[in-house]
Amino acid sequence: MSHVLLRHRDIPDINKLNVYKKNGGFDAFKKAVTKMKPNEVTDVVKNSGLRGRGGAGFPTGLKWSFIDNKSWPHYVVANADESEPGTFKDREIMESNPFQFLEGLAIASYAVGATVAYVYLRGEFWQVAAFLDEKIAEMEEAGYLGDNLFGKDYSLKIFTHLGAGAYICGEETALLESLEGKRGQPRVRPPFPPAVGLYGKPTIINNVETFTNVPMILANGADWYKSMGTSDSAGVKIFSLSGRVRKPGNYELPFGSTFRQLIYEHGMGIQDGRPIKAIMPAGASSSLIVVDEKVLDTPMDYATVRTLGADLGSASVIVLDETVDIDWVINKTIHFFKHESCGKCTTCREGNHWMRNLTDRIHHGKASSEDVTLLLNVAKQMQGKCLCALGEFSTMAVVTGIERFPEDFKKAVKA
Amino acid sequence: MSLDKKYSKEVKQILSKYPAEHKRSAVMPLLYLAQREEGYVNKEAIQDIARVLDMTETEVASIIGFYSLYHDKKAGKYRMQVCTDLPCALRGADEFLEKLCGNLGIQVGETTEDGLVTVEAVMCLAGCDRAPMFQTQGPDGIKYHEYMTVDRTMELIEALKGDEK
Repeated sequence: MSHVLLRHRDIPDINKLNVYKKNGGFDAFKKAVTKMKPNEVTDVVKNSGLRGRGGAGFPTGLKWSFIDNKSWPHYVVANADESEPGTFKDREIMESNPFQFLEGLAIASYAVGATVAYVYLRGEFWQVAAFLDEKIAEMEEAGYLGDNLFGKDYSLKIFTHLGAGAYICGEETALLESLEGKRGQPRVRPPFPPAVGLYGKPTIINNVETFTNVPMILANGADWYKSMGTSDSAGVKIFSLSGRVRKPGNYELPFGSTFRQLIYEHGMGIQDGRPIKAIMPAGASSSLIVVDEKVLDTPMDYATVRTLGADLGSASVIVLDETVDIDWVINKTIHFFKHESCGKCTTCREGNHWMRNLTDRIHHGKASSEDVTLLLNVAKQMQGKCLCALGEFSTMAVVTGIERFPEDFKKAVKA
Repeated sequence: MSLDKKYSKEVKQILSKYPAEHKRSAVMPLLYLAQREEGYVNKEAIQDIARVLDMTETEVASIIGFYSLYHDKKAGKYRMQVCTDLPCALRGADEFLEKLCGNLGIQVGETTEDGLVTVEAVMCLAGCDRAPMFQTQGPDGIKYHEYMTVDRTMELIEALKGDEK
């Protein structure tokens, strides 16, 4: 099957404007602006079943329909902050198939009546941002961005904006704060961005991968998109596969593909043929899944992965083989979250501080079994009390690690 | 010379991205501009940015403190920022970092004697499938270096030395 998102793997040089154009590029945007009303565009996306690819899986068309039409101007922001350990898909899209992403962003902007859109990239994507700036300039030159597009009364400008190293800015309201020139700390919600977003104005924020689906959906129709994937999760998804696999990388598969297909057919199995111990399907934010044959044959979509006691999230599948100690894994994830906690809410700021101290002690063999119980208690007490989802994420691997791999912790405190 | 005089064209171009009544949005790009030459933001630049954007100096400084890619102290000309997060660590990033530091005769966070390179351990850089990997942050921006070995890194450092001369 040819790719829907990673089309550069089928079409060489699709990052060149003329090649993109030759392969149907900007037809969907032109169709939207010249032949469709904005709400008709939103309806197609709604009917396609497309869900947000940043991790939460919220229905995209529904989100667009929430835009507050009593307050103007409107903004659209692409979340290109991609900072979850194990996630590296948006980067490949922007580096290799940039126009499809930008066209999707342009279509979304038309659908919600925005005349300015921003791409918020993590600061480390310095080279990617410079590349996108070139591509945006080419689109302006060719008349796909600017004033009175396609001879119609619609104008659009796209700007890139670099963050500067802060995981929290992937959280949409923290991202908006950052884009406004403040420290990236989440806002209390509601109100949600489609009502009160950038500069207090209605704003739609979607992940890069989400936008990249949109031109293909408009070109081929909602039914075509729904024909791929599962009834719960329509379409295709880019799975970022990392860890102890032979061939890590991005793989675009329909939702409903199994872990076995991803890890063994595409990732070529585990280094030295070792057995898999655990899978983290949503990066460092993930619960740990104990792996057996049944788990490997589980179809990957949002609803089914939940039956395994985990979330699919951004589909950043980290594979741990039998040589990996889980006390080491949570020591790594907690060091990450301790560093990245924005400090706004006490739960996450203090909780991660103490979880870091405890996992350090456990991992360095200086802990008693009471320390493991205490760590589990701290993590569980944090749950449900954090200002944003990222605080909750920090507890996932800790709780499921201790509960599902008790032997590793017994070993760690004895040693 | 003040930042907005020295880079007047670039400052103007940056400000044009944001609505005039929300020019504070330009603080992040202006901070990148401010640390371009010396690798850190000095006090004068903080004052300049605060003046241009109608912010207090404390507000500007709080942005520097919050985000990990802004620095308020001088370090090596290039910061070599090695990802040691879980996916990279599963592919040998910790061993890579240890050996690299051993070769350079420095600890993590320290700078080589010639002032060329500061080695740092950082959080995920979205290069998990190409580890060991790091980025260099220097006068010419940020560059990724992936599928790295200690030998290839030493060659890179030699090349950076060459650029010095």
